[in-house]
Order: sequence, then structure tokens, then C-alpha cells
Amino acid sequence: MTPELMEQNARHAERYLAAHPGKSGNTESGGREAAFSRLAIPGEVDTTHGRILYLEEVNVSFDGFKAINNLSLDIAPGELRCIIGPNGAGKTTMMDIITGKTRPDSGQVFFGSTIDLLRFKEAEIAQMGIGRKFQKPTVFEQLTVFENLELALKTNKAVTASMLFKLDSTQSDRLAEVIHTIHLADSVSRQAGYLSHGQKQWLEIGMLLMQDPKLLLLDEPVAGMTDEETERTAELFLSLKGKHSLMVVEHDMSFINTISDIVTVLCDGSVLAQGTLAQVQSDERVIEVYLGR
Amino acid sequence: MNTTLNAVSLPAPAPLLGRKGWAAFLLALIAVCAVAPVLNLWVPPGSILHLSDYGVGLLGRIMCYAICALAMDLIWGYTGILSLGHGLFFALGGYAMGMYLMRQIGLDGNYKSNLPDFMVFLDWKTLPWHWTFSDSFVATLLLIIAVPGLVAFVFGYFAFRSRIKGVYFSIITQAMTFAAMLLFFRNETGFGGNNGFTDFKRILDIPIATPQMRMTLFVLTGLTLLGFFLLARWLINSKFGRVLQAVRDAETRVMFSGYNPIGYKLTIWTISAMMCGVAGALYVPQVGIINPSEMSPANSIEMAIWAAVGGRATLIGPILGAFIVSGAKSWLTVAYPEFWLYFLGALFIGVTLFLPDGVVGLVKKLKGGAK
Repeated sequence: MTPELMEQNARHAERYLAAHPGKSGNTESGGREAAFSRLAIPGEVDTTHGRILYLEEVNVSFDGFKAINNLSLDIAPGELRCIIGPNGAGKTTMMDIITGKTRPDSGQVFFGSTIDLLRFKEAEIAQMGIGRKFQKPTVFEQLTVFENLELALKTNKAVTASMLFKLDSTQSDRLAEVIHTIHLADSVSRQAGYLSHGQKQWLEIGMLLMQDPKLLLLDEPVAGMTDEETERTAELFLSLKGKHSLMVVEHDMSFINTISDIVTVLCDGSVLAQGTLAQVQSDERVIEVYLGR
Repeated sequence: MNTTLNAVSLPAPAPLLGRKGWAAFLLALIAVCAVAPVLNLWVPPGSILHLSDYGVGLLGRIMCYAICALAMDLIWGYTGILSLGHGLFFALGGYAMGMYLMRQIGLDGNYKSNLPDFMVFLDWKTLPWHWTFSDSFVATLLLIIAVPGLVAFVFGYFAFRSRIKGVYFSIITQAMTFAAMLLFFRNETGFGGNNGFTDFKRILDIPIATPQMRMTLFVLTGLTLLGFFLLARWLINSKFGRVLQAVRDAETRVMFSGYNPIGYKLTIWTISAMMCGVAGALYVPQVGIINPSEMSPANSIEMAIWAAVGGRATLIGPILGAFIVSGAKSWLTVAYPEFWLYFLGALFIGVTLFLPDGVVGLVKKLKGGAK
């Protein structure tokens, strides 16, 4: 447990005490009240065990083809994890499972220690704090850059709330900040459909940031970007690391080299190797699947 | 305040209508509430400025169509869901109003019975259960909105929950209105069979076939159209409206941004159906008849054509489209009755091929070119 997490829990406990005046923090050791400083708060991610995402023995098959085969994987809070693997290794399917798009045949997927992701739908999972960028940049082409970001903004997303929604000053500041981060300040009122491919990628990343997710899943974020854009993206991701957890699927090895701590190699739907980029690159099995057999 | 951040100027929220928009809106309001009544009721028939009763009837009818076109724009133009069954909602509103008008006939029917003529003819002794509220005008007003709304809600809930999209959804809506038409054709369902309801005498105990009543209905229709236009404008200008457009452009991204698209689609679908219901209720007393042919698939398709001709996702376009197409229809079916369907077909093909953004798109293009 990192110091920040302990601090977080202490704050939870304070808030809990404030809300429940009858209780006291000083309880008899081992008593029923003793565990209350570690609270399971509905909708909040419990990362006290040092893991924000667990996948355990997950299996998916499509028409007999095993896309995911006994996959187990976990990610620490604040970690930037790179996932590589040949085509068809199950990288995108894994993201589909985490975000609720595909249901696994068996296995467990947990967000923090308490939230069973398999019980929720896409929109609910997104609201809990898992953001996803698609392989093909997906933005709202008919809307402006501003409107795209505004829609993604973390707020009440019910129908009536949207009808009455007004951007407040904190939210505007946040929006302006993100627009700067993604270098689209000159294109605020431009229709997203007219952006270049790389800019669309950036806009989509910006939309994820507006959601303020705890975990970001990024499927080939630098595909189609110029070298300069790729470099900026690497900087951005490194700055996000620590505050957010990131899972990046990429084929661009120099990009991975720049950003990665731990690299996981997927092959045929399960983990083949895990370690630093240098370690996995020297792994016999990895060389074999990448260079052909 | 952070100086570097404020370098970005965020666009201000769009007003409900611009200066020009409000001016046009006011003109339309004056035309409906003042100009038309004066030209029809006070200018003598011989005068060149006189608006004939036929003209009032025609314009009143077209404004009902325009409401449908507006409703179509919300669901198709903005949300990307093509309904080919909106004629059903129009007819349901019309039937709700028709039932009330039938009860208003009282003892003046051909059989001098308290029951509507077709029930006497079928040898029914009492009103069927679904006519319970037909004597009350207030209940009728509620039913005009509630029945189409409820049917749309239930249908939409199952269709959207099952993630039925695109052409499949369109086909199912078409089947829905066709099935309803067959149901209403049957005598035993208690809706007057293929003759439907007609021979209305009164509304709110006031004779219906007078110039004053005709003009009252005309003004009411105009006000409803203008009111619905503002409502649609407000919906589209809100973030709700932008989510609808987002659903149209990339529904998965909407889901992964934390919105549940079902609620959004269901809301606009139901609103759209209710608007059509109101249009139908205003239509029936003006034309004096409602029968199951209003539910025929062709009627629903025509609504889509109005929206396409005028220009989807523009709100004003579909209203213009309804006027252009229906106006052309009423002229052509009199002047060259055999050419109407060819014309409609050619229009649809022409618009699809050359004017993907409809009349409004064309005007915008011409304006842009002139600059």
C-alpha cells in the first residue's frame, strides 16, 4: 500500500465519520467497528490491495475460435502498462471485455478489489472511470472540437440533466486545459470531421481526459501520427502516469521503448511473457512468435 | 484565473434563435394569427387579396404535415433513426380526436341514436371499453398525447434495448404501422372499420363547419407548429441535442463516454411520436374524416420525403419540405393527376442524388458561393 493510498483511506474515514456522527474512530481492536477505516464505498474503486484491474482466467471464444485463452493479468494504480502481440493475439478483445462490449465465457474481471465489471454495461463502466480509445479514431464528426470535449466531460449523464446542462466555470477551465494539452486550441470551433487523422487521435485522447478516468485503455494511440505528434503523445502519456493507470496497445516499438516500464506480450489469447521491453525482446518465445516459426 | 489557459476562447452557448430567426418567427406568428384571419374572414371573396376557404383548409392541413416533418427531423435528421411508421402516431392522435368528435354528434346521426352510427349498424348496444373517455374533451386532449406516446415508448423500449438499428428498425416500424392499419380496418375493433369516422357536427358543442371554426383550427395549428418549432430548437440546442447527434455519428463512442443511448433514443422517439399525435388530432377536425388509410405505409414514407426534400437536421428544412411537397401535390393532383406519383418518385431520386442536404442545403450552398 503506497502512502497516497493510506492517505486516501484516512480521508475516506474522516468523511465517513463526519457523515455518521454516532460512530467513533477509536474502536476496540478486532471489534466489528475496527474495519471501518477501509470502507467499501459504492461506485468507488478500492485499490488498497495495490491493483486497479484484475483479469483472472478469462476465456472467450467466437464460433469455436478461442480469442482469449485463460488470460490472467493485473495492473497497479498509476502504472503505464504496454501490451504488445501479433495480430489476432486478443488485444482488442481484451479491451472489449474490460469495457463491457464483449462478455467472457468464463473468468473474472474486477476493477479495484470490489467492482465486478462483468455485471455492468458499457455506459456504466465508462462512468465508473474506465476510458477507452478505439483503434480507429472515433469522434463525433458533425460536432465541433469544443462540443466533442463537452460531451465527454465527467458530469451527470442522465437525459434530463443533459437537457438542462450548462457549463460552469470550473468545467470551462478544465475544457480549456485539455484543449491546450491536446494542441487543438486553434481548432476549438472546427468540425471534428475536418481534422487530420493525427488530430482526431488527439481529440479522442482529449475526450478520455475530459472523462477523468482512473484507467485508460488506449488501442494503438499513435497509429497514423507524424513523428512529432508521436513524441508529444509519449510526453502526454508519461505525464498521465501516476495520476491515472494506462494500458496501451501499440505496434510502434520505439514509442513503447520511450514510455514503457513493464511490457506484456499477448499471444493466442494469453500472456506469453512479461517484463521490461529489453527482457521480453530477448525472450526466445517472443522472438519466435514475432519472427515466425 | 490562469492566463495561459484563457488564451483559448470557448464558444458561448448558442441562443434559442438569432436576431433574424426571431424576426422570421414573429412574421410567421403575425401571418398565422392576424394576416390569414383578416384575409379570409374580413376581405370580401371578390377581392384579389381574399384567402379562400379552400386555401385555409389546404394551409391548415399542410401545417399539420409540417409538424410531422419536424417530428421526423428530430428522430431521423438529428438522431439518425429512420422511422417509416410515424403515420401510425399521426393516426392514433387523429383517432383519439375522432372518437371525441363522434360522441359530439350526439343524437344527430342517421340513426338518431346516442351511439355512433357505425355501432348501431353493427347492432352494438353499448359503447366498447376503449370509448370510455371519448365524451370528455380534457381526457381526449390527454389521450392525444398519451396514446401515441405510450405506443412509441413500449415499441421503442424493446427495439432500442435489443439494439435494433438502421434499415432493420425502419422495416419494423413500417410493419408496425401496416399491422395497425389491418387492425383498424376490422369492424370489431370498434374504430369504424374502413370507413373510419366522419360526418362530424360539433367540437366543444360549437358547430364545426363554420368559417370561424375553420379559422380557429387553422390558427391553433399554426401556433402549435410554431410552439413545437421552439421546443425542437430548445432540445437541439441543449446538450441533449448534441448527444442525439453524437448517437447518430458514433453510438459506441457515446456509450464509452458514459451515456446510455437507450434513454436518449427513447426520449426523442417518444417526443417525436407525441408531436405527430398532436398533428393528427389537429388534422382530423379540419379534413372531417379519419380512416385506417392514414396508417398506410405510403403516408409514413411521405413524411420521410418531406424531411429529405427540405434538408435533414435543420428543423426549418423539413417544415419547408412539407410545404413544398404537399403544395406541389395539391396542385399536381388537380392539374395533372396521373403525373403525381412520377413527380414524387423523381423528386425523391433527384433530392437523394443532387441535394443530399435538401433545399436548405442548396440555399446555404448558393449563399456560400455568392460570397
